[in-house]
Amino acid sequence: MSYEPPITDYDEIVENCTCAFCGCNCDDLDYLVKDGHVVAVRHACRLGASKIMEDLDQRLVVPMIRGDDGELEEVDWDTALDKAAEYIANSVRPVFYGWSETSTECMKEGLDLGQYIGAVLDNQATICHGPSLQAVQNAGYPIQTLGEVKNRADMIVYSGSNAMNSHPRHMARYSVFPRGYFRQRGRFDRTVVTMDPKFSDTAKMSDKWIGFEQNGDYGFYNAIRAVIKGKKLTQEVISGIPREDIYELVDEMKHAEFGVLFFGLGLTHTLSKQRNIDIAIKMVMDLNKESKWGLTPMRGHFNVNGFNIFMAFETGFAFGVDFCRGYARYMLGETNTIDLLVRKEPDVFLVIAADPGAHFPNGANQHLAHIPVIQIDIHWGPSTELADVVLPGSFIGVECAGTSYRMDGVPIYMKKAIDKPETCRDDEWIVREIKERVMKLREEPNVAPKYIPNPAAE
Amino acid sequence: MEYILKNGIVYDPANEVNGEKKDVYFKDGKIVEDVSSAAKVIDVTDKIVMPAGVDTHAHIAGPKLVLGRLYRPEDSRRGVTQKTKVERGESGFSIPSCPTTGYRYSRMGYGTVCEAAMPPLEAKHTHEEIGIIPNIDVNPLTLFGNNWIVMELAKEGDIDGLAAFISAWLKITKGYGVKIVNPCGSEAWGWGMNVHGYNDSAPYFDVSSKEVVRALAKANEKLGLPHSIHIHPNDLGHPGNTPTTLETLDSLKDIVKSTKKSASVRDQTVHCCHMHFHSYSGTNWRNAGSGAPEVAKFMNHCKYATGDVGQVTFDETTTMTADAPMEYDLYRLSGLKWVNADIECETAAGIIPCIYSKKAPVSALQWGIGMELFLLIDNPWQINLTTDHPNAGPFTRYPRIISWLMSAPKRNQMIESHEIHKWAEKRTMVASIDREYDFYDIATITRAANAKIHGFHDRGNLSVGSNADIAVYDINPNDFDPSKNPDAVERAFSRAKYTIKDGQIMVKDGEIVSTKPSHVIWSNVKGMEEQEKDIIDKVMPFFKQYYSVKWENYKVHDHFLSNPIRVDVE
Repeated sequence: MSYEPPITDYDEIVENCTCAFCGCNCDDLDYLVKDGHVVAVRHACRLGASKIMEDLDQRLVVPMIRGDDGELEEVDWDTALDKAAEYIANSVRPVFYGWSETSTECMKEGLDLGQYIGAVLDNQATICHGPSLQAVQNAGYPIQTLGEVKNRADMIVYSGSNAMNSHPRHMARYSVFPRGYFRQRGRFDRTVVTMDPKFSDTAKMSDKWIGFEQNGDYGFYNAIRAVIKGKKLTQEVISGIPREDIYELVDEMKHAEFGVLFFGLGLTHTLSKQRNIDIAIKMVMDLNKESKWGLTPMRGHFNVNGFNIFMAFETGFAFGVDFCRGYARYMLGETNTIDLLVRKEPDVFLVIAADPGAHFPNGANQHLAHIPVIQIDIHWGPSTELADVVLPGSFIGVECAGTSYRMDGVPIYMKKAIDKPETCRDDEWIVREIKERVMKLREEPNVAPKYIPNPAAE
Repeated sequence: MEYILKNGIVYDPANEVNGEKKDVYFKDGKIVEDVSSAAKVIDVTDKIVMPAGVDTHAHIAGPKLVLGRLYRPEDSRRGVTQKTKVERGESGFSIPSCPTTGYRYSRMGYGTVCEAAMPPLEAKHTHEEIGIIPNIDVNPLTLFGNNWIVMELAKEGDIDGLAAFISAWLKITKGYGVKIVNPCGSEAWGWGMNVHGYNDSAPYFDVSSKEVVRALAKANEKLGLPHSIHIHPNDLGHPGNTPTTLETLDSLKDIVKSTKKSASVRDQTVHCCHMHFHSYSGTNWRNAGSGAPEVAKFMNHCKYATGDVGQVTFDETTTMTADAPMEYDLYRLSGLKWVNADIECETAAGIIPCIYSKKAPVSALQWGIGMELFLLIDNPWQINLTTDHPNAGPFTRYPRIISWLMSAPKRNQMIESHEIHKWAEKRTMVASIDREYDFYDIATITRAANAKIHGFHDRGNLSVGSNADIAVYDINPNDFDPSKNPDAVERAFSRAKYTIKDGQIMVKDGEIVSTKPSHVIWSNVKGMEEQEKDIIDKVMPFFKQYYSVKWENYKVHDHFLSNPIRVDVE
């Protein structure tokens, strides 16, 4: 990395901005603004800083519609919004997917539209921490805020998560390095363990690396649980780890004053999926008999947790909520985006603040190529190539304000620092406009003539 | 718009109106002396008219509610209904979604609900949910009992500092009053421990629960907040916790009530919530019994304390409280899926599903203890009807509790037919009490007393100038024996004939006919700006170092407030 001289040429500093990148939602960023652009960012990691500063790189600036020749053509806002509304109003099985990189205020409009038209609302949890949520529904959820980790934790475990790369400030700001109230020496007061088949950058920073075999997670945690409960291990080596090492690790875990397990997709998406998380949660519960332990999923997008929270308080279900029958339905494997797409059910797909083109399995994307796709986003991405209507949004936390929820559920109001490009619109405005236009085009389907109580709630 | 609510049988305990046939007038959202001849007449001849209900203590919005919904889709599925032209569709039984909460309270004729636990760090979340709940006004209480800064100030005995801190933090979190949950115990839970009894201290902080509670009570009266301290004492749910409860209440007998106008509505200096969970005798669940007679005796001689019951309703529900160590104890007992959510420097929370079965001895005992509290505490102004929603049962069960209270034969039939486990008969004296509540008492424990305890002068009564929050129930009290018709009582109170909120008809014949956005009610202490600045300057180095958010992003921005009603405290 070459030396970069500090930026001195700026008009103003906007303090305490919130980073719109990962689930850390660092809210201590200072933006250096010149001529209405962020020219430098203080305190942010490289991921956050580059996203914020290079906001115009591959930026979508004007609304576009795909013409008969298959090329995207620039149009005015009215035309684009009308086209989007027309697609949605004429659909029978619309899916609104994404939401994890926009504000809860925007989600509210999306939900109104989804309930009105009878759509499926889903977010990135369906392809990332969905199994974690499933496990939470099976086993429970002992969590704590990140400040609690900073102040109390003397043992930090990262499992299937390479925080140094994916959440670069996580260790520095919340978990490993900061000086906490009861951990005044910071890093020296904590034991850090990384459990990962790969010797990752996080492992390099740790006191201990447990490199269990790929897909060995479940067996490994099962062994830990057995040892916590006082059982002897009969096998010499479990998931590639010698049993003496497991005894030693369990001893350390039991004697920690406050331990935290951070887990990432490395745990949720290996062979046993939600069962891995089940057993990790159970392990944490067992450890609470001896000491104090908690866990936290390392959520990826800055508001992926926000969507789950928002949908839970609005509808009672966290993600993959289907309104096509006029009431909220949530059935994993049935009302989730990938399953719907692979079954070729959706006939219109609205994607906001997400990139299915880059992240979805091929079978799902194949169906997307055959149906109208409406994209609301700030940057070009593979999804733009699939989109039939492109609506350029604005950058939450930089160009417009909004609420997001950190990975531990702490809400943060992300403030606005600069103006958006003239031709772009706020996400919230775009979705509201579509909603109003759809309402003009189509009467509400699936509305009960009167309230029919649910006997199960009586 | 002017209205006349004509010929109803009015129960308005705040004005000592007991079942008089009279008209109620309201105009532009307020109750008025008289209206012009253009007023619209709503005929409620021989039907019960009461002020709209006020819930003293419930958990309806906030981070722990959402965790409950997130991890219990099985509960959400229980109450799903289809969208209508008016309603957005419901979900949930014990932890209904936000819109559902508003609709269901409205249907029961309620107008105001106290959200009893708001952690300051996540206050924005609570307010965001309140903004989505329709039809009811919400006053959230901010959690103070395990706040590190509060504990330090209490240890120093700095009541002035504490008063300034409360004043500042109510502004920051837009809270209404002071809530204390298991003082020092939830902090001890940070290390997986709990405090045992009222004089035990939190580890490290070296300050006892008693010192914290007394300091907060003094600071509360110094400020003259509309509501007193609202306390959930230590040892909740543990057999033999009655002495802790009584000691807690007794330790506050010398607290002098504020003479300020803002505190003039209420009589009490302490409100003890969900008392049934704090009235157990015995030493373990095998020999557990009822401490309710003792608690009731204390309350009957005590002028400065009020309480609510937290009545068990025999349902599968979801318990959730900031008393996290207690939830862990429940997890050890039941092994059901457990949620814990510690919040830095402030509090903790725990959640666990709970099945109160009629056939289970402990549930039957709990039911009996709750009933005893209702029936043995003589003054209905001192005891409120709650289920500590959703802890002892969902709020939708209030009508059923009303039917139990109004009918001794119903209670006896439940006990004698062994519909509920014999512990209710053997270990409590419910079967031997024949007291029955009348409609006037019911109006007291569900609206008048509740509003008085919370210091509301503009609701919970039908005085001229009050909000036109009115409930009408389809019962003719002159021609109806509630003692013999418990089911009809339950039906009538479940589905109000009319619910009127701020002069707007929300419910007609038990169905939602219109909705309106909720208001959030918060207390704004005036004239403490200097002291607030001093205390904020004092805690700022601590805040910067040990919180995980920036000061600027900590407070609840105006953006999150839905139609705030600011209660100014001079």
